[in-house]
Amino acid sequence: MNLTLRIWRQKGPEDKGRMVTYPVDDVSPDMSFLEMLDVLNERLILAGEDPVAFDHDCREGICGMCGLMINGDAHGPQRGTTACQLHMRQFTDGETIDIEPWRASAFPVIKDLVVNRGALDKIIAAGGYITAPTGSAPEAHSTPVAKANADAAFESAACIGCGACVAACPNGSGMLFTAAKLTQLSLLPQGQPERYTRVIGMVDAHDEAGFGGCTNAGECTPACPKGIPLNTIGRLNRDYLQATAKGAGNTPGS
Amino acid sequence: MAVTGILLALFLIAHMLGNLKVFTGETSFDHYAHWLRDIGKPLLPGVWFLWILRTVLVVAVVAHIVAATVLARRARAARPVKYAHRKKINGSYAARTMRWGGVIILLFVIYHLLDLTTGTLNPVGNESKPYGNVVADFAPERWYVTLFYTLAIVAVGFHLRHGAFSAFRSLGQQTPRGERRARTAALVFAVLLCAGYLVVPFAVLTGLVS
Repeated sequence: MNLTLRIWRQKGPEDKGRMVTYPVDDVSPDMSFLEMLDVLNERLILAGEDPVAFDHDCREGICGMCGLMINGDAHGPQRGTTACQLHMRQFTDGETIDIEPWRASAFPVIKDLVVNRGALDKIIAAGGYITAPTGSAPEAHSTPVAKANADAAFESAACIGCGACVAACPNGSGMLFTAAKLTQLSLLPQGQPERYTRVIGMVDAHDEAGFGGCTNAGECTPACPKGIPLNTIGRLNRDYLQATAKGAGNTPGS
Repeated sequence: MAVTGILLALFLIAHMLGNLKVFTGETSFDHYAHWLRDIGKPLLPGVWFLWILRTVLVVAVVAHIVAATVLARRARAARPVKYAHRKKINGSYAARTMRWGGVIILLFVIYHLLDLTTGTLNPVGNESKPYGNVVADFAPERWYVTLFYTLAIVAVGFHLRHGAFSAFRSLGQQTPRGERRARTAALVFAVLLCAGYLVVPFAVLTGLVS
C-alpha cells in the first residue's frame, strides 16, 4: 500500500505546530498502525530528520498509552480498538490519512502526537481508589455481589485511561473516564464507605483540570476502545445528586 | 439544565392543550383565554396568578440559558485548538443542534410573544379576541408565517428529543434498558408535542378553523 500521511508536528509545548505531509510507500496491510509509523520514523531517521513522537507501550490494547486522532476518529475507524491494534487493512491504497494528537486544554501537547494526560491522574488522585488496605484478593464467595453489579463494575473497570472519550467529546469532557473510574467502585461493597465523598472529589477534580461539561452528546462511547457504555455517566449523575443531597458525605473522619 | 428544562416542557404541554381548544369553537377558546387571566381570582386579585406563572417561566428560561452558556463556554475553553480533520459527529442531529437550536427557539419565542400576546405583529391584534388573532395569523395569504411557525416548532421538537433524554440522564437514569426507554419516551414526547402544536396553524391554513 502507498499512503500519504498528514501528521501534526510540534517541536515542543511552546511551538505553534502544523500539519506536515509524508508519503509512505510499501506499507503492508498486515502492519499495525504504529508499525506503519515505525517504518516512517526509520526512514526519517535515515534521512537525518526528526522522527515523529507518539505514545505507545504494550501494543496489545491494554495499557492505554497510544492515542491518535486518525482521520478525525479517536483510535481510528475500527470500533473497540486502540490505535496499536488497528491494522493497515482498514485503509485503502492511495489514501490520505490525517493524524492528530488528542485535542483538549487539559491534555497539553508535549511533542508531535504526545500529550500530557496527567489530568486523568489528578481525577484518580481525588478519590479513584479505596483507602482501606485490603491485602491480597479475598475468597470470591466471602463477599456476595449481585451478578448484574459485578458485570457492570467489570465493564467500567475495563477503562484503560487512554483519553479517547475526551478527544472525541464535542465538549472536551472527561465524564466517561470519570464515571468509569467511579462506578467500578460504587457498584461493589468495597467502594461503599467513601462512595459519596469520592464522587464529589472526582467531579471537582475533573472540572478543575479544565475538562468541559457533559451534555450527553454520546460521542464518547463509540470512540472508547473498551466500549464503556454511556449509561455509566448516569450512575455518576445519580451518585452525585445523592452526595450533594446528603451534604458533607459519609466518610468517617472526613 | 434538566430542572429548568422540565419546567419549560411542562409549560409546553399545558400550552399545547390550551391551543387545542381552538377546535371547540370561538366562544369556548376566547372564554378559555380570558379564564387564563383570572385563574385563582377569589384568592389572588386580577391577573396575579398569570404574572406569577410568567415570572416562574422567565426565571426558568434565564436559568436555562445561563446554564447552557456556562456549558458552551466550558466546552470552548476545553478545546482551544480545533481538529484539522473532524468527522461528522456520531451523535444525533438533535444533540448537535442544541445550542443553535436553542438560540432559534429564543428568537421565535420573542416573535411569538409580540405576535399573539401583545398583538404588536399580529394583523388583528385585538386582545379581547384571541380566536380572531389566531385565525388572522395563519390565514392562507400569510403562508410565510405558518412556514416560520412550522420551522420553529420542528426546532423545538429536535431540542426536546435530545433535551428530554438528557434530562433523564442528568437526573440519574443509569441502566442500558432505561436509556432505551428514555430515548423512546423523548422521541414520542417530541413528536406528539410537534403534532399538537402544528395541527392548529394547519387547521387554519386549510380552512378547518375559520
